[in-house]
Amino acid sequence: MRHVLSVVVENKPGVLARIASLFSRRGFNIDSLAVGATEKPEFSRITLVVTGEDLVIEQITKQLYKLIDTYKVTDLTAVKHIEREMLLVKVSINPNTRSEAIEIVDIFRGKIIDVAEKNMTVEITGDYDKNEGFLSLLKKFGIIEIVRTGTVAIQRGTGN
Amino acid sequence: MSAEKMKGSKILLESLKKEGVTDIFGYPGGKVLHIYDDIYQSDIKHYLVRHEQAAAHAADGYARSTGRVGVCLATSGPGATNLVTGIATANMDSIPMVALTGQVSTADIGTDSFQEADIVGITMPVTKHNFLVKDVKDLAMTIKKAFHIARTGRPGPVLVDLPVDVTVNKAVFNYPDSVDMPSYKPTTKGSDRQIQNAIKMIREAKKPVVLAGGGVIGSNASDELREFIALTKMPVSSTLLGLGAYPYNDYFSLQMPGMHGTAFANYAIQEADLLISIGMRFDDRITGKLDTFAPNAKVIHIDIDPAEIGKCIASILPIVGDAKEVLKEMNAYLKKEPMEAKEPWLKTIEKLKLDYPLFYKKDTNVISPQYVLEVINELTKGEAFYTTEVGTHQMWAAQYLDHKLPRHFVSSGGLGTMGFGFPAAMGVQVANPGATVINIAGDGSFQMNIQELSTVSYYNIPVKNIILNNQWLGMVRQWQELFFQERYSATDLEGMQPDFVKVAEAYDVLGLRATKPEEVKDVLSRALKHNGPVVVDIRVAREENVFPMVPAGGAIDKMIGERGIN
Ligand SMILES: Cc1ncc(C[n+]2csc(CCOP(=O)(O)OP(=O)(O)O)c2C)c(N)n1
Repeated sequence: MRHVLSVVVENKPGVLARIASLFSRRGFNIDSLAVGATEKPEFSRITLVVTGEDLVIEQITKQLYKLIDTYKVTDLTAVKHIEREMLLVKVSINPNTRSEAIEIVDIFRGKIIDVAEKNMTVEITGDYDKNEGFLSLLKKFGIIEIVRTGTVAIQRGTGN
Repeated sequence: MSAEKMKGSKILLESLKKEGVTDIFGYPGGKVLHIYDDIYQSDIKHYLVRHEQAAAHAADGYARSTGRVGVCLATSGPGATNLVTGIATANMDSIPMVALTGQVSTADIGTDSFQEADIVGITMPVTKHNFLVKDVKDLAMTIKKAFHIARTGRPGPVLVDLPVDVTVNKAVFNYPDSVDMPSYKPTTKGSDRQIQNAIKMIREAKKPVVLAGGGVIGSNASDELREFIALTKMPVSSTLLGLGAYPYNDYFSLQMPGMHGTAFANYAIQEADLLISIGMRFDDRITGKLDTFAPNAKVIHIDIDPAEIGKCIASILPIVGDAKEVLKEMNAYLKKEPMEAKEPWLKTIEKLKLDYPLFYKKDTNVISPQYVLEVINELTKGEAFYTTEVGTHQMWAAQYLDHKLPRHFVSSGGLGTMGFGFPAAMGVQVANPGATVINIAGDGSFQMNIQELSTVSYYNIPVKNIILNNQWLGMVRQWQELFFQERYSATDLEGMQPDFVKVAEAYDVLGLRATKPEEVKDVLSRALKHNGPVVVDIRVAREENVFPMVPAGGAIDKMIGERGIN
């Protein structure tokens, strides 16, 4: 199953290397990873998307905790949460396909941010399912390039 | 009035003193010259090894035999990389150690400067944690944290990388008396509810087996374990790293489980309905094929490291906590409400022990390696410190030595590092000056750190190296015999050996040799009586195998070579 782990770590040099080293050493796979500052300057937040059976996810969580710089690990999949990822997608278009492509972008509330003669670039933000759905509909036009930020996520309500 | 500033190298030495460090093992070089200059003027005793790997193993042996944090020091680049095997060895066995390395100056880091190696990057996966100190103002606090991390929770090695300018620059020295690490707070106290549940399960079990690992030694819980067994009257098996936690030849002792464990330990585990594992991590050398391991047993898993719980084996009842604290609390409950011995099970165990003892063929012409260990028991009464290298000799040492005391058996378990035993013995001896320290060595392994003869000779560190010399890389040879149709690829050392007696003498160390069984006792007595280091070359049966043996990946009750089967 797909899990979204929110990992709060000390904001120190090398922390990301420690996490990467842990994942490669223990043979865990990362689907996506996004790092950024938090409301507290001494901490950073790493949002990890990982796929695995419950036992594997439990091991990942515990191994993350074991890193001295890890402050808190939350499996957001287990609670009500909101996920977002931004994608930039460059798709091929021609005069015949252009209007259909634009329609799809509109339906998904994407934004066309650049248009060239034979392609256009779209920005879209959404959760995993929405983004995957969007990409699958664009496929037939020919996707030239995808750039993704990786998922970020937050617990609903007050949290804690 | 501003406080006087102190040079970084001096701050380091003063910080070490504050941590109670009295001995360090190391090797100098360009980037640690300032540190060495302060060592020269310090009352901390520095032991100059002849290879940095030995410094790490010596610090490790020092730590294993005392529970104190061992300290080693090396210069940048090659000095630091030479420590890596020793650090990885300590990491696998959860040994508290602080490794200090020199580094090029902060300004030069990242420029491939002379003797620069990213030792923090290199050792990330083999340390509990590591630090690069970038400002002399952070030095004292970093040393404080390094020792704190090394010795608390699940212990382990911590590396501190020290750029040369950090050792030269000055700061006010103020050693902190506490650390504030919001992200590092190990749990030591087990949950009371879980402990009570565990006791209930133990009471209800019919065929319980206790598995004691290195964590029992590490948390100094040997007395508590002994009391726990006295109160519960359960059979107890000690892993390689747990040897000495419980008296090896006691009625309740099942000795060692696993690949080269006793048949009776393995049979008991396979029949058990409850395993109480304390500070052990279900290594594959113990479990064999996981899904065949202890098929009828529920598992109570006591460990300080939550990540060990459920890593290899599902436990019904996990208790996260320090072995000593958890055992104390269990014992308190057991004393309030004593427990009956599970007689039928103990009778079964008695019979297993009678039917499947450790066993070797005695020979009057050739020296059996197992016999040498029996003579060592006789001469030392099981009260010496024993270190080992890695190979068949290590397994025989585990099987045949009379492990009576915790912290007295020092062996590289998790990493299985050849070359560990001799330098580790130096560390044990430095930490325990009056004690008898014996390194049980193989002729292959001994050559991996043989240069330390120079160190023991110079400082007169009186360790006794006893080489069970079969002129093979014996353990590998055994696998080739059993699983590779006797294709002895790169393992036969006959005719490629140095004369170990002459080598010893070249270093001004006493060298002795025994080639016949009747010489063994006399030669060993002389070695033990000698007031100085010794190398004893004992020519043992060349093709003796370690039995019983669970072939890798097999079930632990499918042993080969047990009594009646070989
Ligand atoms: C550093 C290192 N290299 C290789 C090995 C693999 N290995 C395990 S046991 C062994 C043979 C050890 O030979 P020796 O020290 O003579 O001991 P014996 O098995 O003959 O008692 C080898 C090569 C190892 N454990 N460590």
